[in-house]
Amino acid sequence: MVISGALDVATTASIWPQATKFFSETDAKAVEVDADGISYLDGFGAGLLLDIQRRAIPRGIRLTVSGLKPDFQAMLEPFKPEGYATLPSTSKPDAPLVDSVGAAIKALIADLGAFAEFTGEISRALVYAAFHPRTIRWKDVYRTAVVAGADALPVIMLVGFLIGFVMAFQSAIPMRQFGADIFVPTLVGIAMLRELGPIMTAVGLAGRSGAAFAAEIGTMKVNEEVSALVTLGLQPVRFLIVPRIIAAVAMTPFLIVFANVAGLLGGLIVFMSLGYPAGMYFDQLEQSISLNDLLGGLIKGFAFGFVVAAVGCMRGLQTSTGASAVGRSTTSAVVTSIVLVAIGDGIFAIVYYYLGF
Amino acid sequence: MTTPDSIIQVRNFTAAYGNVKVIDDISFDVYRGEVFVILGGSGCGKSTMLKHMIGLYEPAGGSIVIEGDDIVTAEGEARRAILRRFGVMYQLGALFGSMTLLQNVRLPLEEYTNIPEEAMNLVALTKLDLVGLKDFAGHMPAEISGGMQKRAAIARAMALDPKILFLDEPSAGLDPITSAELDTLIKRLARTLQITFVIVTHDLPSIYSIADRVIMLDKRVRKIVAVGRPADLRDNSEDPWVRQFFNREAEAAQAS
Ligand SMILES: Nc1ncnc2c1ncn2[C@@H]1O[C@H](COP(=O)(O)OP(=O)(O)OP(=O)(O)O)[C@@H](O)[C@H]1O
Ligand SMILES: [Mg+2]
Repeated sequence: MVISGALDVATTASIWPQATKFFSETDAKAVEVDADGISYLDGFGAGLLLDIQRRAIPRGIRLTVSGLKPDFQAMLEPFKPEGYATLPSTSKPDAPLVDSVGAAIKALIADLGAFAEFTGEISRALVYAAFHPRTIRWKDVYRTAVVAGADALPVIMLVGFLIGFVMAFQSAIPMRQFGADIFVPTLVGIAMLRELGPIMTAVGLAGRSGAAFAAEIGTMKVNEEVSALVTLGLQPVRFLIVPRIIAAVAMTPFLIVFANVAGLLGGLIVFMSLGYPAGMYFDQLEQSISLNDLLGGLIKGFAFGFVVAAVGCMRGLQTSTGASAVGRSTTSAVVTSIVLVAIGDGIFAIVYYYLGF
Repeated sequence: MTTPDSIIQVRNFTAAYGNVKVIDDISFDVYRGEVFVILGGSGCGKSTMLKHMIGLYEPAGGSIVIEGDDIVTAEGEARRAILRRFGVMYQLGALFGSMTLLQNVRLPLEEYTNIPEEAMNLVALTKLDLVGLKDFAGHMPAEISGGMQKRAAIARAMALDPKILFLDEPSAGLDPITSAELDTLIKRLARTLQITFVIVTHDLPSIYSIADRVIMLDKRVRKIVAVGRPADLRDNSEDPWVRQFFNREAEAAQAS
């Protein structure tokens, strides 16, 4: 085998496949590489020669390289072909589907366990805070409340309005065929107050504040600020998490009420466009919905607010090292809290049913 | 000044942020195969100089010619060709945190070459081998120490076999022993691979150990106040401030 000329990026790219093919097919016992004609060699050329050497070993081929200039020989010196028997691969092999489903379920269960534990820890901190209100960092509570509550109002109300509007509009058409369009207010009212108001607020909170909590705390974790808190004798749970939870839980009911009002307003506009007077909309609402519907939604809202804030903080604290870890925590804060809110909503539906709420 | 083979020529170079001049009309050469150090007090414009040399900023005036082509005026393919001639190690390593060391080193290979997949892994692995990190190829940057991250960053900078390596403060944040190891690595690479190094540092022990030549910038005059071999500057410079700069550290080294 004769290799000659300048071995650089461009030339090795064309020789490389030939060379490896030769070594995987040949059944020669000994190969002599005549390297006398190599006029230039860089890291790529050295890589090629190294590749030839390492491929010869497992096939029992006795390889001799002759005529390589001393300068080039020196470039090969640092590398031991034996150390390159197997190359680490850059991509992970895809696990079989069953395995990945299993792993996902296991991860979910582990997550629920971690969340339960974390809830316990937060509850302890909250109880402590309730008895020692002076230890709460009210400034942080206020700041978070403004961002999570007041700043979220426009978007929450806009979405609430559109949901009420679209729901009324979509239901009015089929209901009108049965002459039942007078019940549009009932539908909008019950759906908004009992389900959509709280759920939509929780999802909005997850996307805005839950993600922000995870990112803030995650970044602090990555920058070792959390470790700094611990060494200063400040518990991260009390210092970082309690204020956020208080703010989020306190703001959620307000947001829900505003979402409900906006949704009902959307329904009203559709109802009036059907040719009914506004008064009738309110009469219908008064007859069909009760304070219980509102309260049921608000109680749910407290729970959702807690779940979203707690998951956001938990994901933040679970952040491993590196900038991409913060991104992962943020994503999983949103996903996990939406899943938990959905599960929680199902549980509330069952409990309310048995309580006759 | 062209007797030794000059690889980079900086001519009448002026750098400014807005209308605040940081460096005012300086010229110098970097010779092929040497370890060239830019030094000076804090805020004198060392990082600024380096960032202009690697084409990140556009100078307020002058030219920076790397192997015959002016990086200031080059565009498109011509510019890409110049960028290929050098590698850069940023002050904090700047490894991509979501990739393993091997993937970090492989990335430029994927971008610029069309050698076979497996060959890319092999070449990338040889670069890690050169900096003594072959066994850590599968690690994430966050899983290795600061000194190792710097070495990995050098490996990535060497991926495309550049003729020139720019290093920004290689010894910042490292203990003296790790920093000395890094110096040994730099000297070895310069000798065996004939790489030209342009290094920003103010670590004097390291300068004495690696530098063939230094230029010293000064904040007050915004010019080069000294050029030469570090030992010569220490002993023979006419500028008392330069002598003091070199001697203070010498005293400190003796004291420790
Ligand atoms: N992006 C920027 N915008 C405006 N001024 C800048 C900018 N970067 C640097 N400067 C100014 O330019 C001067 C030189 O900065 P430079 O970072 O080059 O200094 P340096 O020599 O690298 O210092 P150090 O040793 O502290 O890193 C400083 O006075 C700094 O304030
Ligand atoms: Mg600097």
